[in-house]
Amino acid sequence: MTTATRPPTAAGGLPIAPKPVPRRFHQAAWDEPIILELSVPGARGVLPPATEPGIKALVGDPAAALPAGIGRERPPALPELSQVHVLRHYDRLSQETLGADLNIDVGQGTCTMKYSPKVNDQLIRSPKLADTHPAQDPATVQGTLEILWRLERMLAEISGMARVSLQPASGSAAIWANVAMIRAWHESRGEGFDGPGGGRNEVVTTIFSHPSNAAAAKVAGYRVITLYPDADGYPDLGALRAAVSERTAALLITNPEDTGIFNPRIEDFVRVVHEAGGLCAYDQANANGILGITRARDAGFDLCHFNIHKTFSTPHACGGPGAGAVGVAPDLVPFLPTPTIERADDGTFRLDDDHPRSIGKVRPWHGNTPNLVRAYAWIMALGAAGLREVAEIAVLNNNYLLAKVLEARGVSAPYATGRRRIEQVRYSWEALHRDTDVTTEDIAARVVDFGTHYWTSHHPYVVPEPMTLEPTESYSRADLDEYAAILAEVAREAYEDRDHLLSAPHRSTIHRIDHAPLDDPSTWAITWRAYRRKHAGG
Amino acid sequence: MTERAGGPGGGGGGPDTRVHPYVPNAVPEVKAAMLAAVGATSIEDFYVDVPDSIRLKRPLDLPAPFRSEAELVRHVEGLLNRNTSTREALSFLGAGCYQHHVPAVCDEINGRGEFLTAYAGDPYEDHGRFQSLFEYESLMAELLERDVVNVPTYDGFQAAATAVRMAARVTGRRRALLPASMSRDKRSKVVDYVRPDVDVELVAIDPATGTLELASLEARLGPDVACVLVENPTFLGTIETGGPEIVRLAHAAGALAVVSVDPSMLGVLNPPAAWGADIDCGDIQALGIHQHWGGGHGGFIASDDDPRIVMEYPSRLFGIAPTSVPGEYGFGDVAYERTSFAVREEGKEWVGTAASLWGITAGVYLALMGPQGMRELGETVMARVRYAMTRLAGIPGVRIPFAATPHAKEFALDLSAAGAPPAAVAARLRDRGIFLGYDLRSEGPEFAGQFLVAVTEVHTRADIDRLAAELVDALGGPATRPAR
Repeated sequence: MTTATRPPTAAGGLPIAPKPVPRRFHQAAWDEPIILELSVPGARGVLPPATEPGIKALVGDPAAALPAGIGRERPPALPELSQVHVLRHYDRLSQETLGADLNIDVGQGTCTMKYSPKVNDQLIRSPKLADTHPAQDPATVQGTLEILWRLERMLAEISGMARVSLQPASGSAAIWANVAMIRAWHESRGEGFDGPGGGRNEVVTTIFSHPSNAAAAKVAGYRVITLYPDADGYPDLGALRAAVSERTAALLITNPEDTGIFNPRIEDFVRVVHEAGGLCAYDQANANGILGITRARDAGFDLCHFNIHKTFSTPHACGGPGAGAVGVAPDLVPFLPTPTIERADDGTFRLDDDHPRSIGKVRPWHGNTPNLVRAYAWIMALGAAGLREVAEIAVLNNNYLLAKVLEARGVSAPYATGRRRIEQVRYSWEALHRDTDVTTEDIAARVVDFGTHYWTSHHPYVVPEPMTLEPTESYSRADLDEYAAILAEVAREAYEDRDHLLSAPHRSTIHRIDHAPLDDPSTWAITWRAYRRKHAGG
Repeated sequence: MTERAGGPGGGGGGPDTRVHPYVPNAVPEVKAAMLAAVGATSIEDFYVDVPDSIRLKRPLDLPAPFRSEAELVRHVEGLLNRNTSTREALSFLGAGCYQHHVPAVCDEINGRGEFLTAYAGDPYEDHGRFQSLFEYESLMAELLERDVVNVPTYDGFQAAATAVRMAARVTGRRRALLPASMSRDKRSKVVDYVRPDVDVELVAIDPATGTLELASLEARLGPDVACVLVENPTFLGTIETGGPEIVRLAHAAGALAVVSVDPSMLGVLNPPAAWGADIDCGDIQALGIHQHWGGGHGGFIASDDDPRIVMEYPSRLFGIAPTSVPGEYGFGDVAYERTSFAVREEGKEWVGTAASLWGITAGVYLALMGPQGMRELGETVMARVRYAMTRLAGIPGVRIPFAATPHAKEFALDLSAAGAPPAAVAARLRDRGIFLGYDLRSEGPEFAGQFLVAVTEVHTRADIDRLAAELVDALGGPATRPAR
């Protein structure tokens, strides 16, 4: 066949030209109005049941009989839409959202954007879970209780801890639960804030631990001491020694930190704090790369937490619901949130509220149950060998991506040069910025034109012009190659086609946003109602 | 827990060596090529920084997995099938988690893969997420008649706890007055969350009306009170008819008025803004979200557009902004420097993963319901609650404690004088497929024998009549009567 060897023409024809790398993505752009602009007076989206005539005859209309000031005076100005128009509007908005299902989502480093198996979504939609009430008699929810009881034991085994509470709503809520237990523990020993000299009123954390460690501790009443890394990027043991004292309540630390560097002196850190009488809480937000490799309790930690939506695969849901779990060593078990789930000798499961030293509730009921069931199913799909393989492949992917990304111009991976990383890497575009004045935010805005994205870093930017990538176990070699190729292409543009980069995004839903009005009280508009009042004459 | 020898699949009863579907690069050739590409001889090279002394030298002791999807489904469904759902039983359980009808479109939207699996992208690639959460804020704002609503926090407990802290920061005061009728669990959360910066005191409830006792409130108010928090409806289901007066008294003392309100009743109840309250809070589970065994909660906080208050929100606040293209809407974070994301412990409390997808869902619900739907919902629920109160009050030995007070969607039912042990009555009803209500004895000894009975639009007149008939039976009828 002669056509097979003929070069493709610009005008098309067969054979079709090879696809360019990176791909020519374009995101959906529906130019959708705000839903309140779509209102058609009189239209209805869903009809609630009407009151039966027999009921009306007996009790009348109690809502209409409410006293003045108590009953609604004017109807809420909600929009009126037919059902299909509500559906279409939100379907369009969903298309304008880049979920992990759609993209090579390695760019939200520290967020552990792994695949959330669809089968788990199916399982939790069962009315046997979705339509159960948390105060049902335990005899009628034995299935859920058994799943959560088993999940607790799995997480205890994975962390080495004695008991685990599944009640916290998220990672930060779990950090809070740990801080609340730390506070209660010291109070129980006469070293609370009303103790001599203010008692144990300081916590120590590191700058590469999640900001919620510092923030939750502050809410609990602690003074926060933040350690910066030493010259090699490792948490500074000397700085820790200088920071601890009889005022130290706890160390709150992530490991590997958000740089992806595992702290090889973690046992020394724990020992130094223990010797000063403090507790050690392990933020395991980055646990994905160490599943089955090393455990919080084996390093001496007294408390730890997991982000169920990260390590254990539950979907991130636009920012929650997630789920959190806190694990504790035997001495701290009495302080766990209530109730606990216990198995009786006859094999039945019950809720046990009899924990007088408990910190009480950290949220309503028992936890974000759908995500806990998803996590159980995920672990049961993998088993011990599977979890270890998850960790190993996540770490392989991370180090592979590290090598690939460093091929791009102007990027580096500060700290621990030449060392391997665990779960993620915080990169720096410092050189590129120095050469071209293009910032990491500019690059991030251009990357979206290729159908993916990345996150820079928490603040403050300790790593200059940061970019944090965490490829987890869910992405293939080809995915990682494609992602690295996108970064290389955008870096090339920074040097060779700067104006095109700086005017990005070009193929996203919208164009460059002017953020200035969002910081000025006279112009910010947090609702459509406020926008109309401030900017559209009411 | 022990590892099952071998496992299903893979053939021959040996270990299942097939590549796991969740781990693409577990393909041996791919793995080997990637190791070679980074100059590693084995995966162990990557873990050199993990000291040998803390290495786990054995496999985790976990149950044998179900590596095939079919077996996994069978296993998990087998466990879940031991539950009885509130679609099988006739449930009158509420107490903060409610069985309302969930419109199909709500489940459709929150099941969309894009929304379900997005997380924390920027306003370009996640424009739809930003717009739908801005719309959630905007729809709640119409319901509440407020200009400011947050991106959801975890739940109504957290919203109340944060609202108290916000009030303390705004006023610089450290006493907070809460109703004695607040649930034990919610109180536990709020008290532990706000100490050591805020001291919580409880204001008595009028034993005749089930609403706040105004004389007790006045006695506790003073120049050091940061806020008065009231609930509408109260935990006991009564509508807080003293609301406007409570707000007036709080303001007279220079305190803020915080109202925890059930948004699903705001088609018929005046929003706290109409009372002149300062901060609203509550839970959105009732707005199109299943009960999820307590896993369907999200919290809202709302206020007027007063920078003094806005700057105290810990939550993200999404605002609308222009883009470089005329007519195009952009979105972004309002006053980001407030947050712990920006300034760690110098921010307001903290912000993190909370309940955004439930916020989007609640927005869908309010858009479907519209003003008329919310009105009808409130009318139907209030009428059915009153009908249930009337029916049950007619049963000998049954007492409705605050019968003369308007109720929203639940009411206390006192069986302590009914003769039969109340817990046994509830158990008998359960055997007949009825969950009577939340057992209030956990709230304190004064509630022994009382149940909180929730009635919503899903409960028909026939359901309520069935409850009444079965309750008569359970109180005195023969215990041998067969279940229906």
